[in-house]
Amino acid sequence: MHLPAILPWGAAEGFSKQMLLVLLSVVFIAVFFVLAARKQQLVPGKLQFAGEAAYGFVRNGIAKDIIGGRDFIKYVPLLFSLFFFILVNNIYGAIPFFQLPTFSHVGGAYVLAGIVYFTWIAIGVKKNGLRYFKLATVPSGVPWFILPIVIPIEIISNFLVRPVTHSLRLFATMLAGHLIVMIAGYGIEFLIMQENVLLKGTSVLVLAGAIAMYMLEALIMVLQAYVFTLLTAIYIEGALHADSH
Amino acid sequence: MNQLIISAATEGEVNPLMPNIWEMGVVFVGFAILFFIVVKFVVPMFEKTFAERAEAIEGGIAKAEKAQAEASAALEEYKQQLTDARAEANRIREEARAEGAQILADLKEKAAAESARITAQAHAQIESERQAAVVSLRAEVGTLATTLAGRIVGEALTDDERAARVVDRFLADLETQSAGAAK
Repeated sequence: MHLPAILPWGAAEGFSKQMLLVLLSVVFIAVFFVLAARKQQLVPGKLQFAGEAAYGFVRNGIAKDIIGGRDFIKYVPLLFSLFFFILVNNIYGAIPFFQLPTFSHVGGAYVLAGIVYFTWIAIGVKKNGLRYFKLATVPSGVPWFILPIVIPIEIISNFLVRPVTHSLRLFATMLAGHLIVMIAGYGIEFLIMQENVLLKGTSVLVLAGAIAMYMLEALIMVLQAYVFTLLTAIYIEGALHADSH
Repeated sequence: MNQLIISAATEGEVNPLMPNIWEMGVVFVGFAILFFIVVKFVVPMFEKTFAERAEAIEGGIAKAEKAQAEASAALEEYKQQLTDARAEANRIREEARAEGAQILADLKEKAAAESARITAQAHAQIESERQAAVVSLRAEVGTLATTLAGRIVGEALTDDERAARVVDRFLADLETQSAGAAK
């Protein structure tokens, strides 16, 4: 499913379709929002209204609701970039011709989850000092004799498993969705090739199923972008208010 | 089909959890560029508009509140003026009524006096005319009666003094009779 290698770049593979799509997505998002935000008016036009609705969704629906307080605005750029970067790269999978969600390759998901991982740890340390690691791993109000069990669990769940699940959730849903639609496509092609007319006819059933899966996949693409961003906001909020958790 | 088999065969050995390092690099760089653009341009521009809009709305609210306060002050003033005007009107009406009553009473009194005067005058005139009539009648009636009586009796009753005495006595009897009848 790769484009032919555009450049003989890198050892094993060339410039993959994913790479092209990532760069395109940056152009799409930047152009759209800069155009929407460029000529700002108090009473917005259509484009500005769409841009404001999208921006407001992340700003108010995610950042303000989850992080809250006065300084949620500091984290809006990260959340906003993450949401639309992932959204556009996922939606590629539902657009004919592109037909490939970028995060069906795990690398991109690792990168984004890694950025988020180091961001919330940095926020926690900046806010609470090195005491943050104690706050994040030693829950208050737990009897001392349970601590030897709880602390390792907290370390594993917060600092080891969290970035893995964060990245793999995105990657796995995109890969699985992509595979299902792709397999359905090959299945239809295979069935149509059959000599038997009845067998040929069953391809219609597969097509119906494929369309349903395609719709579901489109929903999941949007949902995963939202979930990834929402979890990022929750992690940042947890780091900011570590002493009250 | 062949393409699928070939790609499955070549990619089958690749662990899907192992990332392509170049792809990671491209995603990182791409995201960094996007993040830079968002931080530098998109968020400030949207936030500026949001802030301006909020200010415009809040400014509008403040202006509206001020206008409302002014309006209610003006209303209060008008109500006050209206109350004053009503009181004034009442006072004037009250005065007018009192004055009217006064004028009416004066007129009535004047009219009553006038009518009394006219009545008294009429009485006096009637009385004097009656007196005149009585006097003239008394004279004429006496003359006629004596003339008549002289003719009847055949005796000259020209002794005026005596005749007048007789007539007077007769008339006095007559008057006492008529006065008794009137009572």
